[in-house]
Amino acid sequence: MSTGLNDNEIISKVLSGDYQAYAGLVNRYQNYVFTLTLRMIKSREDAEEVAQDVFIKAYKYLADFKGASKFTTWLYTIVNNTCISFLRKKKLDIHSLDNEKVFETAANQDSGMNANMIEQKSKRAMVNNAISLLNPDDAQIITLFYKAEQSLEETAQILGIETNAAKVRLFRARTRLKEKMEMHYAEEVKNLN
Amino acid sequence: MNTNNIEERLWNFIDGSSSADEKTLIEKLLESDAEWKARYQDLLEVNNMLHSSEIDAPSMRFTKNVMEEISKLHIAPATKSYINKKIIWGISFFFITLIVGFLIYGFGQMDWTAGQETTLSKNINKVDFSKFDISKFFNNDWVNAFMMVNVILGLVLLDNYLTNKRKEFRKEKTPF
Repeated sequence: MSTGLNDNEIISKVLSGDYQAYAGLVNRYQNYVFTLTLRMIKSREDAEEVAQDVFIKAYKYLADFKGASKFTTWLYTIVNNTCISFLRKKKLDIHSLDNEKVFETAANQDSGMNANMIEQKSKRAMVNNAISLLNPDDAQIITLFYKAEQSLEETAQILGIETNAAKVRLFRARTRLKEKMEMHYAEEVKNLN
Repeated sequence: MNTNNIEERLWNFIDGSSSADEKTLIEKLLESDAEWKARYQDLLEVNNMLHSSEIDAPSMRFTKNVMEEISKLHIAPATKSYINKKIIWGISFFFITLIVGFLIYGFGQMDWTAGQETTLSKNINKVDFSKFDISKFFNNDWVNAFMMVNVILGLVLLDNYLTNKRKEFRKEKTPF
């Protein structure tokens, strides 16, 4: 497997006919792509299917990647578009903040989360669960910024918005995340400090 | 100062996107103001937790599934290579000709003698329009011929488009 090669070298190999080299990119970014899709589409099965679709699309249109941005920025743009298309097609509940179901879902996840917390006592698990309580847009921008190693400018490019708009969206997402943590996991946060 | 404003400034400080002056000011505030310090500690904790959050992993078969799917596919040619600029220019030419044609026809139909006389129309009237015989160029035959040329141009463009589509389809069916 071409793990020693950088993204652009792997892409060159794939474009010159060595399609097996693409496995290197899939292995490298599958967790990031899957996490992003899972944060937007709450079901694991659907998220995995969409993540596979993302890699298939990326392969099909690989010739369009000119290296003007990082490969990950280009790839996460495909993630964003594919997730939006999927959500539109399936007309899934996208957990908008004014939707009453959010609170219902939050309560359900909260109870599951408490049991999980007792077992894991993990700060990381708590953060992940708190993120899953956010609406997909908030969860997505937090994941892109903190986990997918994208700068604010790159995040804005992926989401198709201005950098300032991304900054505001990130600020709001973090504020809402903090509120969720204080609301649902106040005790755990206190114990972890 | 409201809470949101403090937090926004503190987040910018944590992200490193504050200006140099703002950074100095916040550093001073953190030393002297207990409220700012407490909020900063809170946000820093959230920031650290976010950095340490886990990423999820798909099933073990993920890469295999993707590779199986892509083995049946071919990489599409880069967008630039299949957008034929000649077609774009042809379409532009077609529409510009159409618009110009309609404008000429519209102006040709106008009754320039109608309406009250103004300074402008008086000046225009000094020009002897009778010398220009527009009807000679713009009678029904001319309009018909113009429309015919446009229709033929449209059909040529459609033919070009369909030929390209057929070529692409044949290329896709041919293995590497």
